[in-house]
Amino acid sequence: MIAFDWLTLLIVIAGVIAVVMPTVGYLTLAERKVSAWVQDRLGPNRVGPFGLLQPLADGGKFFLKEAPIPRHVDKIFFLLAPAVSMAIALVALAVVPWGGTQPPPDPVATQGVEPAAVVQQYADTQGGYAKSFNGVIVPGLDVGVLVVFALGSLAVYGVILGGWSSDNKYSLLGSLRSSAQIISYEIPLGMSVVGVLLFSGTLNLEGIIQWQKQHGWFVLFQPLAFLLFMVSVYAECNRLPFDLPEAEQELVGGYLTEYGSLNFGMFMLGEYTHMITTSLLMTVVFWGGWSLFGLEDRVTDPIWGAVVKCLILVTKTGFFLFLYLLVRWTIPRFRFDQLMGLAWKVMIPLSLLHLLAVMLVRQYSLSNWVLTAISVGLFLAAGVYAVAFGTGPNNAPRRRVISSPSPPVGEGLGVRGS
Amino acid sequence: MPIADKDVTWVDSPKLGLFEQLYLPLIIGGLTTTLSHMVGKKRTESYPEQEPTMPANYRGVHRLNRDENGRTKCVACYMCATACPAHCIDIVAAPAPEGWKDREKYPETFVIDELRCIYCGMCEEACPVDAIELTTLYDLTGLSREQMIFDKEKLLSVFDQTTKAGTDPVRTRAGDLGPASEAPPRT
Repeated sequence: MIAFDWLTLLIVIAGVIAVVMPTVGYLTLAERKVSAWVQDRLGPNRVGPFGLLQPLADGGKFFLKEAPIPRHVDKIFFLLAPAVSMAIALVALAVVPWGGTQPPPDPVATQGVEPAAVVQQYADTQGGYAKSFNGVIVPGLDVGVLVVFALGSLAVYGVILGGWSSDNKYSLLGSLRSSAQIISYEIPLGMSVVGVLLFSGTLNLEGIIQWQKQHGWFVLFQPLAFLLFMVSVYAECNRLPFDLPEAEQELVGGYLTEYGSLNFGMFMLGEYTHMITTSLLMTVVFWGGWSLFGLEDRVTDPIWGAVVKCLILVTKTGFFLFLYLLVRWTIPRFRFDQLMGLAWKVMIPLSLLHLLAVMLVRQYSLSNWVLTAISVGLFLAAGVYAVAFGTGPNNAPRRRVISSPSPPVGEGLGVRGS
Repeated sequence: MPIADKDVTWVDSPKLGLFEQLYLPLIIGGLTTTLSHMVGKKRTESYPEQEPTMPANYRGVHRLNRDENGRTKCVACYMCATACPAHCIDIVAAPAPEGWKDREKYPETFVIDELRCIYCGMCEEACPVDAIELTTLYDLTGLSREQMIFDKEKLLSVFDQTTKAGTDPVRTRAGDLGPASEAPPRT
């Protein structure tokens, strides 16, 4: 049990929220800017220098606009949905490290030791841990990864509630798609992380960082797991190419159709917060968190050290956020059967095989690099399999195409004269 | 009439090789493309600060051309008003003043309703003496309907403005057309 200092905790929470909220705002600006740059445009540049005050203007607009509630909706759930979506996204941030961390101390051995000595030892280790700096709101949570995944999949409740209570077929379709998508992609998401957990031996995110600091980043040993994780996370966040729940061209706005003003803003806030959380998670689980080949240990001053670790983590996270934006404007949306096919036919078998490989490597204590080779091999094998046995792009018409018989010349319909 | 069999070409989707089936190389290729566009040259014109350059044949606000003596070239022949599909040109002709030897008539008033005009350029085509032309002025605004009805002075001032700015040189077609279209020789 860690003794929390309530005041410090409140300050940290306020600090994290004060950083995350503007980040979300500027993420929306970055999204518009990146989309503009990719399309050879300039992007928003009217509000403030280079459009830097645009998020403020957008936020103000969200607050000042009328919040329309259609008469046919289920009012309670309609208003609850955005709140659920945003609250869950914010809660998930609590366990994800954003700065330098210490793994929690191991349990104290009790066998063959005097009870008083055990208590003393426990007090010492816990006391030392409580004094150390931890860049995470809830340090030492032993179920860290599980909490993040649980909250991540809870986020779909906001979507389902919103779509269902809107009493609108487009909204309902959007939320149905979302639930189907999240159920499918939770599986490869979870299984790709199990490989990491087998190596680090802890669910605690600080512990996972510690393992990577000692042995090397997981992306070096399990690149395939990282790839699966990243793709699943894109699907979890409803980002392109997996944004079918809100596909504008097909479903108007999916579950967002009936929402306006701040309700809509809260959904967006939740979505972008989820992006930040998952980017942090990718960094922490696969890219070594705040570690950078031991360079961060060169800074011995504790305060500067914390700042440098935080900067390293934020830079890596920023890269993944940028990748989110860039991928959105690069890859077009999947069709729904393609989306399901990718999850069930490609990613789940691959993640199972990868998990098997991880178990074998652990069981026979092989070098970690063997796993890297297996990852690459599995990836290539999947491609070869697709070439050998795959049916190619699944674009063929579903029913047999029958060509209509052409009438003899002169007897055709609508031919006049003679 | 249904499409005949022989006119139909069936196109099969291309067979994907190993490189394509691996997905990642192509995705990275796509990301490189978007990334290169991100840092590449931008096409946007920041309009109010940066004026666009209109093509020379852009059909904007009309003008009445002046001749070398500063008089309006128009001879009040009503050709433009007749050609106008929107009926937005209103001319009142009067006998030319005493000193004007080269023409019989001149327009006493020459009014174009810029709101009715559809900017088709037929008046420009019809004019036998290249008196009326459409300029590249595109930002035509007014606070009332009355302001958008341009009289002769306004149209002449458009000529002064555009020739001074050098954006619209007088596009005379003298010599291109038949002799009937030439201005009568000055005596």
